[in-house]
Amino acid sequence: MKQIEQWNGFKGRLWKEEINTRDFIQQNYTPYDGDDSFLEKPTEATNKLWGALQKLQKEERAKGGVLDMDTETVSTITSHAPGYIDDSLKDAEQVVGLQTEKPLKRAFMPFGGIKMAEDSCKTNGYTPAPELHKIFTEYSKTHNQGVFDAYTPEMKKARHNKIITGLPDTYGRGRIVGDYRRVALYGIDFLMEKKQEDFNNCGCGVMTDDIIRQREEISMQYRALAEMKEMGASYGFDISQPAKNAKEAFQWLYFGYLAAIKTQNGAAMSVGRISTFLDIYIQRDLENGTLNEAEAQELVDHLIMKFRMVKFARVPSYNQLFSGDPVWATVEVGGLGQDGRSMVTKSDFRILHTLINMGPAPEPNLTVLYSSRLPENFKKFAAYISVETSSIQYENDDVMRPVWGDDYSICCCVSATQTGKEMQFFGARANLAKCLLYAINGGVDEKSKEQMAPEYKAITSEYLDYDEVIRKYDVMMDWLAGLYVNTLNVIQFMHDKYYYEAAEMALIDTDVRRTFATGIAGFSHVVDSLAAIKYAKVKAIRDEDGLAMDFEIEGDFPRYGNDDDKADDIAVWLLHTFLTKLKKHHTYRDSEPTTSILTITSNVVYGKATGTLPDGRKSGEPLAPGANPSYGAEKNGLLASLNSVAKLPYEWALDGISNTQTINPDALGHSEDERVNNLTRIMDGYFDQGAHHLNVNVFGIDKLKDAMEHPEKEEYQNFTIRVSGYAVKFIDLTREQQLDVIARSEHVRI
Amino acid sequence: MYEYSQRKGSVHSIETFGSVDGPGIRFVIFLQGCKMRCQYCHNPDTWSTNSQDMVSADELLEQALRYRTYWGEEGGITVSGGEPLLQMDFLIELLQKAKKAGIHTAIDTSGSVFSRNEPFFQKFHALMRYTDLLLLDLKHIDDTKHKALTGCSNRNILDMARYLAEIKKPVWIRHVLVPERNDYDEDLIRLDEFVRSLGNVERFEVLPYHTLGLFKWEELKIPYQLKGINPPTADRIANANKLLHTADYTGYLKD
Repeated sequence: MKQIEQWNGFKGRLWKEEINTRDFIQQNYTPYDGDDSFLEKPTEATNKLWGALQKLQKEERAKGGVLDMDTETVSTITSHAPGYIDDSLKDAEQVVGLQTEKPLKRAFMPFGGIKMAEDSCKTNGYTPAPELHKIFTEYSKTHNQGVFDAYTPEMKKARHNKIITGLPDTYGRGRIVGDYRRVALYGIDFLMEKKQEDFNNCGCGVMTDDIIRQREEISMQYRALAEMKEMGASYGFDISQPAKNAKEAFQWLYFGYLAAIKTQNGAAMSVGRISTFLDIYIQRDLENGTLNEAEAQELVDHLIMKFRMVKFARVPSYNQLFSGDPVWATVEVGGLGQDGRSMVTKSDFRILHTLINMGPAPEPNLTVLYSSRLPENFKKFAAYISVETSSIQYENDDVMRPVWGDDYSICCCVSATQTGKEMQFFGARANLAKCLLYAINGGVDEKSKEQMAPEYKAITSEYLDYDEVIRKYDVMMDWLAGLYVNTLNVIQFMHDKYYYEAAEMALIDTDVRRTFATGIAGFSHVVDSLAAIKYAKVKAIRDEDGLAMDFEIEGDFPRYGNDDDKADDIAVWLLHTFLTKLKKHHTYRDSEPTTSILTITSNVVYGKATGTLPDGRKSGEPLAPGANPSYGAEKNGLLASLNSVAKLPYEWALDGISNTQTINPDALGHSEDERVNNLTRIMDGYFDQGAHHLNVNVFGIDKLKDAMEHPEKEEYQNFTIRVSGYAVKFIDLTREQQLDVIARSEHVRI
Repeated sequence: MYEYSQRKGSVHSIETFGSVDGPGIRFVIFLQGCKMRCQYCHNPDTWSTNSQDMVSADELLEQALRYRTYWGEEGGITVSGGEPLLQMDFLIELLQKAKKAGIHTAIDTSGSVFSRNEPFFQKFHALMRYTDLLLLDLKHIDDTKHKALTGCSNRNILDMARYLAEIKKPVWIRHVLVPERNDYDEDLIRLDEFVRSLGNVERFEVLPYHTLGLFKWEELKIPYQLKGINPPTADRIANANKLLHTADYTGYLKD
């Protein structure tokens, strides 16, 4: 058994024999069920650094959203000289390392697509070096080129008509969470040694495609590890060996993450589940007397500050889809272990406390892994943070733990992944609402009038017949599922080939589990449309081309969001049906297909591209976000709405079911205690029914309206709200999205 | 025991998430019909006694129990309105069945239909067996001004408050503070004296008048008599809380 000085005081055996961070955590962590009274205020250094960073963020906003961009250097792990938040405060930074040599300066990342990289410079007023264009078009190829070399004409058309949307074919697919804790626990040299072993044992000598590819990948991972060491050295740290104290553990871990965000610009670049792990190091130092609580909080604040700084160069169309510059640097707290012990430590409190010490912020995407069995003190503290900051989200540990174990991370907005053991092939979403219109209109797109899907017979009757609609919708979904999965197969193949995530994969087991994440958009509108057709009378209004462009609804019908099984059964049916269709298809590298009902803020853009629906939603109006009921559908209050969403089985949407709710503080309780208690009860009740996710906002609609009209007010500079799957500064949303947020039903009974 | 039939109640609406209508999270049933005509009423759509939505107690409870998972130790159901006491027989059946199911029950009432005469009094007595808590709105301590504000006398309302004190039934008192109507120190001082004399008040809340219900008046085309009156200022709210000694009523905080 390996025995080294840096591990003094740590218990256990298995994690010393093999790479096994989970075992290390389970053997060594100290559960905490006390309250928040031990927490410390920010140190002077934290206030100074955060002040400097806020100044930069202000400049960034004043310059239209981008402070500075690199136009010369292609970003790699070692491409840039060391950078600091403020050179004069260099020594105050407990955790160092930036994506480029300057804070908030965006790196040039062409491997996903050179055009996208260049356009993101140009649209922000920067001119990329011409030789980069030449290199990435004439001498070398990108992911984007690879994808378009292989796309079928139908795939291109589907992309254009937005029946499938948000495809990661011009930038990184993201969603891969390296086990960054490994850098701290084992040091780079040991990790390289293990990858060398894997390389030596890769295949029996028969060079099949799979083996050749795997050997190449391991080699790339090995080199990435060596580069991480080099990057660490440039900042003056030798990360070849394990971290010997808390400060080093924070720094080592962060270097692992930094390597990932220097080489990949995925939509989601999650950090993972680090709280319990880091707490073990803090606890050891506290017990040794080499660290005090204020210093411990300082380490946490500085690490979180780094996650608040992650930036990528994007184009305007991307920003419309994912507004407010999100990167999903997701960090989790809470959760229970397989043995039933709470995994809440003092550091779980410390991480949430950053929202008080440095104020609300959209990143990192702080996620509480919730169970009604978590310590009451922690539940209440999280609820208190929600009431105060509206910056955190909740996910049900009790439904995720049986599937992913007790060491999973959230790899995107809400999707779980086994840390260090799994990777996800992320693939945006299919617009099932549009698909319903295709079923009615014989595959003709209601916006472009192009024959998009196969020319199945359109429905010609004046009043829509439920059975006929279902029959036609079923075959249309068959077509869509096939096209969607195969488009993603092309994307994932090319991403592996041209934009492989060597740094992240170096921190994941070589023998990796792969999931294939699909998604659904327009969910609630399909459910309500089908309920309208079934329970009311829906008349199709057709244009001169015979396309149903509008609908008249006669009579009342049950809507999803009222805890009414008549509508909710359709919702459950829809999820199951589409998942079943997806599963029929071959998925790249034998990955396991999953699906999700989450749309981020893209519900606005998707809505624009979708015609009038039989539920009464007009053409161009935003779709409801994620699995949320449609606007105005909820008639019986918040809990009825939550109960409807809770009926969707998580097991059928393992990639996540997102739900966003805004509660007026006055409707949550008359005192802060009441608000905290009631919010805790909501969470207990919702998650005990097996629901997956909840974004909680606590503010009134007046505040939103005022912030929209007066974004210059100081109080709104960091005003953060939760939208579907992430948090965002409200003033950074587009006007359309702000209006959309305001329009969503607010649960206040007068 | 009470005799039951396939009796149905006239229901205005349901709110699954009531968080300020009794302890914890409440399933709030708004019954249809009220005889008072309070100038600041935020639910004038519940006044009419005509309703299409007739629901049985069993149906309501079945629906309510879907939310038990959110109630924890303290939550339950609250029957509000309208004026729930107008549907006495239905109310008794509903709450008796709720108590049988182990649910915490509360009634949110104006008390205006209270009477010590039969048959009402006997029924009210029966109802109290199944009621854990009453939320009682005291709108004005002065009878003349009360009539002006609500169209009804406050005599039976105050009598009901006294009766509840006699039988030691826990009560939360709420007072909607309306500038130019009941926000005068002399009235607040009298109200304070009255409430303090009761002895069964666990919580006393000042609720600032708001205009969020105004649109309903407009929809129903009823002239709104408080036009031009703004919600009370923070100072006046603090003043009312001070004069009414609301902070002294802490019975609701007990575990």
